[in-house]
Amino acid sequence: MTWPLAACAGRQSALDPQGLQSDQIRHTLFIFLIVAAIVWTAVVIVLGVGLLRRKRTADQPLDLHQSFEQRSGRVILALGIATTVTVLGLSLVSYAGQRTVFAKDEKAHTLKIIGHQWWWEVRYEADSPHQSFVTANEIRIPTGQPVKVELESADVIHSFWVPSLTGKMDLIPGQKNELQFTAKNAGVYRGQCAEFCGIQHAHMALAVIAMSPDEFGRWRDHENQSANSPADQLGKQGEALFRARGCALCHNISGTLAGGQLGPDLTHIGSRATIAAGTLPNTPATLGAWIADPQHIKPGNLMPKMPLQSDELIAIIHYLEQLK
Amino acid sequence: MAAEPNELRDDVLNGLQLSTQLERVWRTPSGLVGALMSVDHKVVGRRYILTAFAFLLLGGILAILMRVQLAGPEKTFLSADKYNQVFTMHGSTMMFLFAVPVMEAFAVYLVPLMVGTRNIAFPRLNAFSYWMFLFGGCFLWISFLFNVGPDVGWFSYVPLSSLQFTPTKRADVWAQMITFTEVAALAVAVEIVVTVFKLRAPGMTLDRIPLFVWAMLVTAFLVMFAMPSIMVASTSLILDRLVNTRFYDSSSGGHPLLWQHLFWFFGHPEVYIIFIPGTGMVSAILATFARRPVIGYPVVILSLIATGFLSFGLWVHHMFVTGLPQLGAALFTASSMLIAVPSGLQIFCWLATLWDGRPVYRTPLLFVIGFIVIFVLGGLSGVMVASVPIDTQVHDTYFVVAHFHYVLIGGAVFPLVGAVYYWFPKIAGRMLSERLGRWNFWLAFIGFNVAFFPMHILGLIGMPRRVYTYTADMDWAHLNLVSSGGALIFAFSFALLLANVVYSLRKGALAGDNPWDASTLEWATSSPPPPQNFDRIPVVKHRDPLWADSESLPVVAGLSAERREVLLTSLAEAEPQIREASPEPSIWPLLAAIATTIFFIGSIFTPWAVLWGTPPMAVTLIGWFWPTGSKEDEE
Repeated sequence: MTWPLAACAGRQSALDPQGLQSDQIRHTLFIFLIVAAIVWTAVVIVLGVGLLRRKRTADQPLDLHQSFEQRSGRVILALGIATTVTVLGLSLVSYAGQRTVFAKDEKAHTLKIIGHQWWWEVRYEADSPHQSFVTANEIRIPTGQPVKVELESADVIHSFWVPSLTGKMDLIPGQKNELQFTAKNAGVYRGQCAEFCGIQHAHMALAVIAMSPDEFGRWRDHENQSANSPADQLGKQGEALFRARGCALCHNISGTLAGGQLGPDLTHIGSRATIAAGTLPNTPATLGAWIADPQHIKPGNLMPKMPLQSDELIAIIHYLEQLK
Repeated sequence: MAAEPNELRDDVLNGLQLSTQLERVWRTPSGLVGALMSVDHKVVGRRYILTAFAFLLLGGILAILMRVQLAGPEKTFLSADKYNQVFTMHGSTMMFLFAVPVMEAFAVYLVPLMVGTRNIAFPRLNAFSYWMFLFGGCFLWISFLFNVGPDVGWFSYVPLSSLQFTPTKRADVWAQMITFTEVAALAVAVEIVVTVFKLRAPGMTLDRIPLFVWAMLVTAFLVMFAMPSIMVASTSLILDRLVNTRFYDSSSGGHPLLWQHLFWFFGHPEVYIIFIPGTGMVSAILATFARRPVIGYPVVILSLIATGFLSFGLWVHHMFVTGLPQLGAALFTASSMLIAVPSGLQIFCWLATLWDGRPVYRTPLLFVIGFIVIFVLGGLSGVMVASVPIDTQVHDTYFVVAHFHYVLIGGAVFPLVGAVYYWFPKIAGRMLSERLGRWNFWLAFIGFNVAFFPMHILGLIGMPRRVYTYTADMDWAHLNLVSSGGALIFAFSFALLLANVVYSLRKGALAGDNPWDASTLEWATSSPPPPQNFDRIPVVKHRDPLWADSESLPVVAGLSAERREVLLTSLAEAEPQIREASPEPSIWPLLAAIATTIFFIGSIFTPWAVLWGTPPMAVTLIGWFWPTGSKEDEE
């Protein structure tokens, strides 16, 4: 079945579902849409006919047709009952959809997402610490397998929302929420924080990258590894500067002395497609612009501007670029 | 009070003598001080309406600023900080300073006239409530102009609005402004309830009360039950911020969701506090211009009451994505959808009335027709939002923005503009221009739909609310541009309304007592009404007194003609009980409001204001309630 509105589908659309849950939601949505369209059309037709039929003898006030009053009373009662039956029916449709959307699968891959002003911390936790790693703003999942995300917040309320895969769920301080979804196809699905969370709420995006289970396994093994050591002199200089200039106070890079916990983990930043929570593509130029003046791109964000010489900036960019 | 044997009563005076005498007794004193002392519900009501519309204008300007910013991707017309202040101020202004006050303002003006009495109950409280509303609104707007406008949304979710994440005074300004509007709204609600229950004209039994008055009565009860919830919420927020309590701090045993429960327990009934008066206006206008009483009078009243009750049972549908238990959420789906039943019944009654009536297509009726078309669509998208799975996709997106603008503008602003056209002749004594009125309607109807319909689609294709910018690759640019264009047309329609009012105040045709040949009591007096409203209190024998007794209304006589008196009647049957003195003009309500304002605003900056702020309040309240014997008592 094709739907005319599907033509409007974009990168972040509830009308172009790529997951089991989003599919179910769209299904429920269309049932409601059809009922709504029928009801609205009926009301407008009755209104139009009522206004246009016969009677141009206006201005002559009220003659009170008692019989009409009684007859219309019965019609109104019948319509009231029909309305009640319709909304109860829709409630059941809604509940059926809800059961599917929120069905739990015990075997789901689990990962933890912690919302920050204004980025996403993503923790892949396993029983063995060697199998656990942390990344930011990009979430990779296997296709065709249920994924459970545990949602927490480090500061204010955020909302995790990737419309192509499923509906949203809030991240609330002091509370653990969870959400399950299954991606049907491989692809990159954009998501965005949906609960107003302060000045840079507009720039708190994320990407969910669904890949085949094999690829996912390979990626996971790779992510478990510590960061690459810089290969050249410039990179080594960059690494030293990263620590000396205070970057390491906030950012962690596994396998190095940088162990900050406040900002995004940068262990494999070189392999991410975007920086600043989906705000900019990850290129040397944008990375440099971001580090040189983070307040210019996302005013109000929590990364301070560090005084850096241009050669220092180049060294740091070069170092970060190698972290793949 | 005992009747003086030689007291001048209205039954010994003839028509002109009586009018002159009563006018002298009831008029507002002249001069600036006199104007500030006024306790006439018409004077206060007119000020209330004008002030609320001034806030509509300000809120509308903010809406246009937002639409300019969002007209295209990555625009830099507003900074992130400014945009957040602007959308917060837009929501707060429209909800707290326009929508609720304007509805109560119309009630303050109209309800005493419609129930056939001379003043509202507790007229000094009424004056006080207006001043509180005015000062609270000005306080918020002055803060905004000085760049301390709130920026955490009209919903001010914690912990974003807590001291930790909003260390400036911005959230305090917001929370204290809420207190002002709470005081004002609650005071008016109490006045409306007492006016309707105790001051109705003799014979106006419960089943003869005009539908607009019924709507305002239900609204007043909603205000009384909903406002305390936000009062608790905002006071707890202020305490968290100013004296370090931990109501909402999850690290100390509080919980952020407490705020949301309290806020939406107020916030959802709030929608009906705005919408139900709109339906009252629709019923009034519809009956007059369909040339017949609204069909199903008891059904409409029961629907109003049912809507009122149900509106308290569905706040959780604002919280479906906060991780509440699934079964509970599903029950709130059902209760939210059920409110479609009473709303639907009212619509069916109006459709039947139009079907059977002989419609006269004047501007007020056009706005009512526009209301039905728009509001039904908004109601239906509300049924969608009430469904948990659909809500998880559309919550906090532009779909919801579209939905509630269809409900609030369709359900309240369209009837309200219709009401302006309908009651302007009564208030101003002149008609609004019908030609400009038609232009006004069509521009509003087209502009509104062009502005807000595309937002449904924007939400479904992923545009979240409250974002100050978006990138071109999100495919939202075209629909946003269309929407912004529609918003300009819609705004222009309000400029036409303003022009019409300004022009017609001087040049409009004289209205006469009852230009629309309507049936309710406010049309039985002259336009604009004299200070005493009615020379003699009418006796009501029919639901539509002016249609049933087209020759002359029966009246009751015997009230004092030399001091302010109103007639109290029994609750259900409206049988005359006693004559009651109505307060004289007084400057104390204004002084009390000033003292209260100093107290509240001072408390933002120093907790000591709670100490030094109370004596002036006490003094003004003592002045207000100081017993003054009337001359007759001394003689």
